[in-house]
Amino acid sequence: MMGWIPVALLAVPLLGALLLLLAPRTFRGVLPAYGLIFSGVTLALSLALLALYDYGGPARMRFELDLPWIPGLGLRLHLGVDGVSLPLIVLTALLTFLCFVYLCWGRARATGGFMSARPRALVFTLLVLEVGMIGTFLALDLLLFFVFFEIVLIPMYFLIGVWGGEGRRAASIKFILYTLLGSVVMLLGLLLVWAQTGTLDIEALTAAHGAGMPRSVQILAFVAIGIGLAVKTPMWPLHTWLPDAHTEAPTVGSVLLAGVLLKMGTYGFARIAIPVLPEGAAAVAPWLGAFAVVGIVYGALACLAQRDLKRMIAYSSVGHMGFVLLGFATLTPVGVNGALFANVAHGLITGLLFFLAGAVKERYHTSEMPALGGGMLATMPRLGSMLTFASIASLGLPGLAGFWGEMLALFGAFQPANGLPRGLFLTYMVIGGLGAVLTAAYFLVMLSRVTHGRPRDSAERHESPDERPIAVSLAPSDVRGYELAAWTPLVILILLFGLWPGLLLSLTTPPVQALLGALS
Amino acid sequence: MTTFPLLAVLLPFIAACAGLLLSRLPHNNTRTSGRIDLPHDSTATSGRTSLPHDSTATSGRIDLPHDSTATSGRTSLPHDSTATSGRIDLPHDSTATSGRTSLPRNSTPTYGRDKAHTRAAWIAILPTAAAAILTIWLAWKPGLAYFSGTATPPTGQTYGTIVTGGLPISLTLQADALSSVIGVLVTLVALAVQVYSVGYLEDDPRYPSYSAFISLFTSAMLLVVYAGDLLVLYVGWEIMGLCSYLLIGHWWEDRGNSRAAVKAFLVTRLGDVGFLFGIFVLGTAAGSFRVSEVLARVPEMSAATLVTATMLLLAGVAGKSAQVPLHTWLPDAMAGPTPISALIHAATMVAAGIFIVARLFPAFAAARPTLDVLAVIAALGMLGAALAALAQDDLKRVLAYSTVSQLAYMAGGLAAGSDTAAVFHLLTHGAFKALLFLCAGAVIHHVGSNLMTQMGGLRRELPVTFVTMTIGFAALMGIPPASGFFSKDGVLLAMDGALSSGGLTDAAAFFLYGCALATVAVTGAYATRAWLRTFFGEARAVALPEPEPGTAHVVDVREAPRTMLVPVILLAAPALLLGFAGEPHVELGVAAVSVLLAALGAGAVYAFWRLDPVADPARLLGPLRAPCERAFYVDTLYAALFVRPVLALARLVVRTDDVVVDGAVRGSGKSARGLSGMLRLAQNGNVQLYVSGVLAGVLLIAVGAVVFT
Repeated sequence: MMGWIPVALLAVPLLGALLLLLAPRTFRGVLPAYGLIFSGVTLALSLALLALYDYGGPARMRFELDLPWIPGLGLRLHLGVDGVSLPLIVLTALLTFLCFVYLCWGRARATGGFMSARPRALVFTLLVLEVGMIGTFLALDLLLFFVFFEIVLIPMYFLIGVWGGEGRRAASIKFILYTLLGSVVMLLGLLLVWAQTGTLDIEALTAAHGAGMPRSVQILAFVAIGIGLAVKTPMWPLHTWLPDAHTEAPTVGSVLLAGVLLKMGTYGFARIAIPVLPEGAAAVAPWLGAFAVVGIVYGALACLAQRDLKRMIAYSSVGHMGFVLLGFATLTPVGVNGALFANVAHGLITGLLFFLAGAVKERYHTSEMPALGGGMLATMPRLGSMLTFASIASLGLPGLAGFWGEMLALFGAFQPANGLPRGLFLTYMVIGGLGAVLTAAYFLVMLSRVTHGRPRDSAERHESPDERPIAVSLAPSDVRGYELAAWTPLVILILLFGLWPGLLLSLTTPPVQALLGALS
Repeated sequence: MTTFPLLAVLLPFIAACAGLLLSRLPHNNTRTSGRIDLPHDSTATSGRTSLPHDSTATSGRIDLPHDSTATSGRTSLPHDSTATSGRIDLPHDSTATSGRTSLPRNSTPTYGRDKAHTRAAWIAILPTAAAAILTIWLAWKPGLAYFSGTATPPTGQTYGTIVTGGLPISLTLQADALSSVIGVLVTLVALAVQVYSVGYLEDDPRYPSYSAFISLFTSAMLLVVYAGDLLVLYVGWEIMGLCSYLLIGHWWEDRGNSRAAVKAFLVTRLGDVGFLFGIFVLGTAAGSFRVSEVLARVPEMSAATLVTATMLLLAGVAGKSAQVPLHTWLPDAMAGPTPISALIHAATMVAAGIFIVARLFPAFAAARPTLDVLAVIAALGMLGAALAALAQDDLKRVLAYSTVSQLAYMAGGLAAGSDTAAVFHLLTHGAFKALLFLCAGAVIHHVGSNLMTQMGGLRRELPVTFVTMTIGFAALMGIPPASGFFSKDGVLLAMDGALSSGGLTDAAAFFLYGCALATVAVTGAYATRAWLRTFFGEARAVALPEPEPGTAHVVDVREAPRTMLVPVILLAAPALLLGFAGEPHVELGVAAVSVLLAALGAGAVYAFWRLDPVADPARLLGPLRAPCERAFYVDTLYAALFVRPVLALARLVVRTDDVVVDGAVRGSGKSARGLSGMLRLAQNGNVQLYVSGVLAGVLLIAVGAVVFT
């Protein structure tokens, strides 16, 4: 029953993409609205999922659909939703919709903007991307998961490679080769699991808690799957595709990349790697935690010396994903809960940050901080205030969404699961805490550079008062209506989850406890 | 009644949200683009008294890397240079050299701004007043029960729990004897400051957001005070830090202010990480984050757990309450507007550290090593900061160091085992230090400079401020019958008692008491110095030359506006009389010694001042004067030890990331291409080569088969 909603979630954007392919000229005039409608319907479906979800029941899959797909191989089209995937599905639908909102009204003003080049292809790409992203979070079959996981790469490759900045070619090639390489390793791990257990069904594998696989196989499979996921997450030191991709990607590309694509990696840990291979997870967890905390500190330090705003936000993702991985590495309900919370929070906050960075770049035609000058609060008070808000949310201020996930991840590290070396995890906790201070440091330094101080051109104009009219005509305008429309939902959700974290935690806690059944 | 704590927290919070959302409304009507230069006469003709710009000396400030941005042709004048010339120093003066500012904030016509200010003022003041009434109501029944030690059941309720998968977080807000008293202090000072700010920031275009941030701060502080769960408390604790950051950086046009704000946030956050870990330790040991359950389980906890937990909590306390070694942010924080210094950096937020130790006092009392550490920290802090205060020329920095010193007094009282004495001093200090700051604000408003070299002889021009500030200084010095006398006496009595019995080791107790007595004398000295140099002697404020139109405005009022004077007068009453509220029990010996010492310090300064009223009595410090003025070079030390290494490490990471980590990736790509290039050599289309290859292979297999079988 109600298994049609997951299917519809996939079918609607797919239909939208196919129609564009079949009737290339029909929708030419209404392209932005076209994308808006299809992503809007998808968002409505995901909200229906949210409304119809049975919150009280035990930890099990809802809205399940289980059909044979390739019977000869035992592959099945198995979709389902639980508390772990539900927030991510809604987040995906929301962010895609907001991207279309941003494009729909932003296009008219930004002549020469990237929506003016190949708009049909752009809408097509984004819709296919949405299919892949939602599919990843719905899939309950290992191979199906892999297929969706890979589908996402192609549209993102084109998004960066076609509509990106100046270095887009190199960045897109690096992105796709790097992640494909990771995926191959992951595929090997998945096949190893299949070979050992004879099933690809995630639900069955989760319920078995690793039964039927000797410890060494579990470790091997966990490492293989983990590397594939870690590339996507990204985990230090497999992160170097990310800054390039983010810097060159167009705004919507960055938003979806940070907001959703990175989450697919961490979701894989929660959905597959840890529950299916509990012994492997327990053996590798100290290493995972070590890489995670190195990533936290490393990402923060890299941000501190960064000159480019977009690149800085990209590196901040490395740090934040470090907290997510640390949460997973603790293998405790608290830690995994924290990781999942931080996951969603990062999607909202960093999505907003990339929207803002895109807006800055659009206005100043650069995102190099020294070139931006300063005094944004004076020249563009709303944009400056928004940037302040997003930065403060991202540095993990309590009362905003960024805090709870990181706090719970640290708390998980304070008391890791039985069998994990406690002293080591305490060290991780302390390093992670220092990383949080460094995170605050680079965001505040950035705010200080960009939003504080006096705006540059006022000083220049004093030297040559005659140029004043020109300066006025060149003056970038503050936040526009469509930008506000695209950003406000994110701001509201950041506040909501920050002030009432129970909303999300009550959703994730039952399935997390079930997933960790063998470990706790 | 049980919902009062929640209401008291929510009202200012809603006010903050409303204030922030409405803060930019009038700008919509008047401005279409981000930057239009209206003729600046619109602001110039208003002919108002202008903002005093609180400049702070940049000496010894940690250098954050903003300087690197200043290389690209921007003119960012350090404000101290203009401040010392005795001019009134509007934040945008230095760029407005051509007599024309171009910041958009001036583009809003004054009438629109007035309307927005009035609205913002009401949005700020009314909810704070309502919250004050609620807190007084809550405190009415327990009254001062905290000091008499009678237990009263807390008023409040739990609004659900948040599951985390581990220990749940319970959303409890409740007022017990301790928190109801502190709650009253917070809301009353906040109310006074909100009213005062109406006059003080009359001309500031950002007054609406400023007042909203104060409301947010009030809400966060009340959350700390009323929280029944340690993690809920932590939420309020951090939001206070955010408000402090935003308000210190209120005049962000000046990079120095921005740096001070960043420094304040980072230093306190460093302590807060320890604080959070301390909460983890306590919560895990008690099996709950609820304060009541944690305190109930304290007797069962092992000594190691308690010492670890309290030491970690102490890090947060040192950060928030500006104690050694995390005290360096507070003097720089004086870059914010003076009312902020009064509220956040004197009366309430910085006292939160003391409050939290008092709240968890059973845990601290059971951890003796922590008390010893606290005693040493307090002893160093109180004397060092008092000496630093004696050498400062900036009136606000004198008061800032004085705050550090007085907070150390409270910490010393706690270390000596008397939480009630410490909290009583917290209350009186909140009253008299807020009074002192607000009076200092009036003085600065009048003179147009923070520097005492620019002041003098003000008692005739500012009679009301003179009287009230005299009360404040008397309380600070501990002269009977001002409130500070009684509370300081209580703290000294506790330290005296700790010598013979109590939780401290003998050496620590002795050191603490000795430093405390020395501090009493130094306090007398610096308070007298500030008092004399501000209100006595010759008037040193130089009359300003006629300002260029649109740049600066001469202050022409004799006394501060009424909105500023009323809160000052109202605060003077508790600063003078609060000492009698707590059933004072004065021990004659200790009291006589402390008054004598204070008089000694005051007398020495007075003698030096009489010799030469123009020169600074700080010269009595002799060779110690320079180190004291630079607060013993701690800032420089930290910059060399932490800030620069971290920045160097950051640059190293960026280089490593490019060369090593990404270099490996690029290298593997390159080597793959190189390898394929080599393989391509084989694919040259020469059939002969292919066939010979195949034959060679067959031969190899044949040989292998023969050899290995």
